[in-house]
Amino acid sequence: MIGEVDPTLINLTVFVLAVFVGYHVVWNVTPALHTPLMSVTNAISGIILVGAMLAAGPAETDWGVWLGAAAVTLAAINVFGGFLVTQRMLEMFRKKDKKGS
Amino acid sequence: MSANFVAFAYLVASVFFILALKGLSSPLTARRGNLFGMVGMGIAVATTLTITQNWALILACIALGGAIGAVVAQRVQMTAMPELVAFMHSLVGLAAVFIAIAAVNNPVSFGLPAVLPMGSKLELFLGTFIGAMTWSGSVIAFLKLSGRMSGAPIIFGGQHIVNLLLAIVMVGFGLWFFFSETTNWTAFATMTAIAFVLGFLIIIPIGGADMPVVISMLNSYSGWAAAGIGFSLGNPMLIIAGSLVGSSGAILSYIMCKAMNRPFLSVILGGFGSDGGAAAAAGDGAQKTYRSGSADDAAFLMGNADSVIIVPGYGLAVARAQHSVKELAHKLQEKGVNARFAIHPVAGRMPGHMNVLLAEAEIPYEQVLEMDEINSDFSNTDVVLVLGANDVVNPAANVPGSPIYGMPILDAHKARTVMVVKRSMAAGYAGLDNDLFYMDKTMMVFGDAKKVVEDMVKAL
Repeated sequence: MIGEVDPTLINLTVFVLAVFVGYHVVWNVTPALHTPLMSVTNAISGIILVGAMLAAGPAETDWGVWLGAAAVTLAAINVFGGFLVTQRMLEMFRKKDKKGS
Repeated sequence: MSANFVAFAYLVASVFFILALKGLSSPLTARRGNLFGMVGMGIAVATTLTITQNWALILACIALGGAIGAVVAQRVQMTAMPELVAFMHSLVGLAAVFIAIAAVNNPVSFGLPAVLPMGSKLELFLGTFIGAMTWSGSVIAFLKLSGRMSGAPIIFGGQHIVNLLLAIVMVGFGLWFFFSETTNWTAFATMTAIAFVLGFLIIIPIGGADMPVVISMLNSYSGWAAAGIGFSLGNPMLIIAGSLVGSSGAILSYIMCKAMNRPFLSVILGGFGSDGGAAAAAGDGAQKTYRSGSADDAAFLMGNADSVIIVPGYGLAVARAQHSVKELAHKLQEKGVNARFAIHPVAGRMPGHMNVLLAEAEIPYEQVLEMDEINSDFSNTDVVLVLGANDVVNPAANVPGSPIYGMPILDAHKARTVMVVKRSMAAGYAGLDNDLFYMDKTMMVFGDAKKVVEDMVKAL
């Protein structure tokens, strides 16, 4: 046995691998969709909602809970606004109906 | 619910987020990708609900925020997308700060030890300061993009020194927080306040047309802020989602800088460019002559051409001329003219801005081409119509010694005839005169882009 690994190191592993995945996936995004890419990543960074929910979660209500509740609201604007506006934009990217170019 | 189940659900959500980005590799799969993103978010939120207690409060807040987000998403004009994106970045930043403060206040609710270990303190420090800078930087970007604040860079003496000193002081307070035995609120609050101020100071010297870089950079920050909070909470899903966003924003910043041929650092340090209204400085002092014509003349020339390439720029967005342009392209195509669009990577105020505007006007995306795809076609094109673009078609980019030398441009000057729709002869963002406007084959059409294009449509 060599002892337990620090959880931060495991998180770091996840982080580095995720950056690599992000790098490769994003380079494949077609430039025409860079604006929807920004709005969808905006929605995804709304994942911070999860952290906000934990902050608002405890049963005993103190000011930290209210701060968490405020964060939940802000992050929810992001999540809903981001995904919906992306959807609205992507609806516009349609192929030509009749003769192709 | 067991911790293992929660962790597994988070893994599934993470995979959905990766698939969401992967979907954007083609307009055909993009909508499905967005759906994957929503599913991932749904799983993440539902799973988190099972481990929290204040359901009523949380669901009420989600409903409130969700309603606001939905209304905004429904109402926003496509020309205002850059502002919207900047606005939403600021929300992520502020939420990150709130969460970090709540975590310092009550670590136990996040599954952290009651007395924060050093590692968690460091992570909270990072999450807070990135979040705070994202918030204030995005607010400035929003104000500049929405025209509530001048797009001109705000510069004062010793700016960079001030920023550097503030950054050092901030890190100092961070260290104090880090090494304090108990929760040191003074250090934490001061550090957060300085981070807010730094966010403002870093963005104010950056000019309007560098906004594509700024907005991508803030996009990246908002991701790193989420990842930072993920580290603090030991939550791999937040780390994965945050890193995806972070690297996406970083890549977009890189692409934008490359398209302007400017080093990232020089863009970030700011001070470049003006609001776009400055008169062109006549370098050699000689009065150069140009030819101007009416919209009718331009329409006549285009109607008789075999091929027309339209180069849209920020002016098109300002004039909201995308629908008129669609009419124009449509009329030309009816006459058998091969009308296409050429998009420079930094046209507009955010990456892909022009593509979205043209898509909104229902111009099929096959007719909208990127610089690399269309540049070789300019030399056998009859007419190029430049609409509210300037620096991206400035042949000075090919002249060594020019401030924009090396910037990849659309080779509009190689076409047989060039028509430029512009409000005046004022220089573009780079403050440079554009030789394209003085070429023998160039005709200037002065006026508001939308008005001129409408006149062209009538004349056809």
